[in-house]
Amino acid sequence: MTPPLAARSGSPSGSRPDPRVAILAGGLSHERDVSLRSGRRVAEALRAAGVEVSVHDVDDDLVPALTQMLPDIVWPLLHGASGEDGSVRDVVEMLGLRVLGTGPRQSRLAFDKANAKTVVARAGIATPAFVTLPQTLFRELGVNRVLHAITDRLGSALVVKPVEGGSALGVSVVSSPDELRRAMVDCFAYCGTALVEQRVDGTELAVSVVDLGDGPVALPAVEIVADGPYDFDARYNPGRVEYFAPARLSPALADAAAAAAVAAHQALGLARLSRTDVIVSDDGRVHFLEVNVAPGMTETSLLPQAAEAAGHNLGDLYRSLVLASLAGSSQAYRPLT
Amino acid sequence: MTTSSVPHGETSGTPTSSAAAGTRLDPWIGSYAERTHGMRASEIRALFAVANRPEVVSLAGGMPYLDGLPLDVLSDVAARVVQQRGLQALQYGSGQGDETLREQILEVMSLQGISAHPDDVVVTTGSQQALDLVTRVFVDPGDVVVAEAPSYVGALGVFRAYQADVVHVPIDADGLVPEALDSTLTSLAAEGRRVKLIYTVPNFHNPAGVSLSLSRRPQVLEIARRHGVLIVEDDPYGLLAFDGEPRAAIRSLDADGVLYLGSFSKTFAPGYRVGWVVAPHAVREKLVLASESAILCPSNASQIAISSYLSTCDWRAQVKSYRELYRERRDATVSALAEHLPEASWNVPDGGFYVWVRLPDGLDARDMLPRAVTARVAYVPGTAFYYDGGGADHMRLSYCFPTPERIREGVRRLAGVVEAERELVEMFGVSGGSSQGSVVAPGPDVA
Repeated sequence: MTPPLAARSGSPSGSRPDPRVAILAGGLSHERDVSLRSGRRVAEALRAAGVEVSVHDVDDDLVPALTQMLPDIVWPLLHGASGEDGSVRDVVEMLGLRVLGTGPRQSRLAFDKANAKTVVARAGIATPAFVTLPQTLFRELGVNRVLHAITDRLGSALVVKPVEGGSALGVSVVSSPDELRRAMVDCFAYCGTALVEQRVDGTELAVSVVDLGDGPVALPAVEIVADGPYDFDARYNPGRVEYFAPARLSPALADAAAAAAVAAHQALGLARLSRTDVIVSDDGRVHFLEVNVAPGMTETSLLPQAAEAAGHNLGDLYRSLVLASLAGSSQAYRPLT
Repeated sequence: MTTSSVPHGETSGTPTSSAAAGTRLDPWIGSYAERTHGMRASEIRALFAVANRPEVVSLAGGMPYLDGLPLDVLSDVAARVVQQRGLQALQYGSGQGDETLREQILEVMSLQGISAHPDDVVVTTGSQQALDLVTRVFVDPGDVVVAEAPSYVGALGVFRAYQADVVHVPIDADGLVPEALDSTLTSLAAEGRRVKLIYTVPNFHNPAGVSLSLSRRPQVLEIARRHGVLIVEDDPYGLLAFDGEPRAAIRSLDADGVLYLGSFSKTFAPGYRVGWVVAPHAVREKLVLASESAILCPSNASQIAISSYLSTCDWRAQVKSYRELYRERRDATVSALAEHLPEASWNVPDGGFYVWVRLPDGLDARDMLPRAVTARVAYVPGTAFYYDGGGADHMRLSYCFPTPERIREGVRRLAGVVEAERELVEMFGVSGGSSQGSVVAPGPDVA
């Protein structure tokens, strides 16, 4: 018989000096490999900080393992579908366990880049003009007509990306209608809906936000200078990108980027940690691109760089996130309405 | 303001214009050898991380199916090795390899007509190390290696590591095309290029599945002799002929012009990591020295375990069992292709592990792989097997690991992927794909 998990998860924080954390990593998404790396890195850092950690793939064994282990908290480090879209978090919460980070509904909202942009824009943050286009729409309306409509509306300097997913998989930077055609095909290989947005040239930044219990706080922005597109290779093969942490910005611009990331975090209802990708255009405006509720935590990922730039020891920071989550209000499962 | 507070009383984490210098996250970025410059973090390789999940039918990796091995017998063998010869098995050994095993290897090779002396054999850590040693001994940066188009991805990786220039020669249903080989070598000579090796997998080719016909073998040998180029005959699948009749190796026709690479990985088990190379005297001496500088000696424990297996178990029956198992899976693959993917074309291999599938016009196997992973099926895009960006219209299907039922399900899923990709490509009027032609394949532990 499964123990009464909800009651157990509601136990006061601090009753266990060394919290037990179950990290979820892997899954079946295109970003499985990245997720496994993130999971290992966070587990290693937490262990060094004295936290008891186990790492679990998302498979048949997960639910029995969690119900047997009864971790104090579950930290999903799943990238891509079912990890960042909130569905796994839903299941974990149904088991009565606490989840570190953003809840299921907000995860779903943020995981859809178009929805996230809409919400963030409503909060007054600039974001490049965009359209979202399911593959089926091209069949119904005709490819040429839709492509013409895109370039008429947005110009031909564009970025095409899957509406869901990360690690730059399926992302193309295009400058001409022919490139746009190719980019749509490459995008649809990963996702049935494409987000096409105006390309904004400028300084590319990643701004991580953490909440250790006193509200969301931006870590120093990380500036990304790539010798070409910031694609999968650039992200995970050290050497192709030069990172500046903190970014080489004036204090005013740095504040603006940080404020935008925190505002996006709050507007989307995110919890505990997030990473917002922005571009600072040459005219000094901060443009929101997308947000990650389960940011990469690999050796080359941006949130760990930002944390170290702020002087944090990663293990201590992650442990603080765990403790803050345990000290926070109970996240007992509530049926979706 | 919402920037982080900084622990330990350090200066504010607020970004400023006087920020620290950038980092490339690798302090050794300026120190790497030139040969590493092509090494990339591939999103395609990352996709293979999903392939080992049980939900995915992986037709990607080349892992042999080991469930049929008599593990209880092998357990006894391993126990005897430690109990009776433990001090030898766990000690350093000869750089050339265990002499008893080398004699037994001669017996194995005799099935393919190879006659040699134990002194001609150098035992290696899998035949992959033999390939590395041969390339190390013969190839200077810029030298040409002539290889089939397509060619084994692991060999291309070795050639790339030694900065060779690979020139592909076409193959057809009968393997390497002699006329094309001759004209290629002639052209290269006219250009003043130094061709060091002709690399071939003559039996049940990886990835193309075809075999060099017996009538072409002496032709290839004659062409190589005439141009003064050494043949590297890589033959891991030679005993896995479905008709039970191993083909005579090219090495059986010439002891001086051929380096023969063999392996126990496909006919026994890859975990032991034991292969070998048979080479003429002078070459062998250099290979032994090169091997000692690389690994000192191959694993004594593995060699003695295999030697014990060969002397106490019916290894021919095991090979026969593998042949029958793989033939059944080959049949499942080609019948499923005929049923579900009639618009594609493929060869019907007479042995080995692989079916080489040509996709309908306009499709790019590399571009299609994410869609396949979403549909829970995996394969290796053809670009992995070319040095020059070719192969985008092909994919390699491995039938060695999944059961026939899983193979049929995998091909059924693949058909859906191909149909969806074709619809997309036709709708957008693009073809040829965006493949970069990089050498990308799953790691050795992918099913």
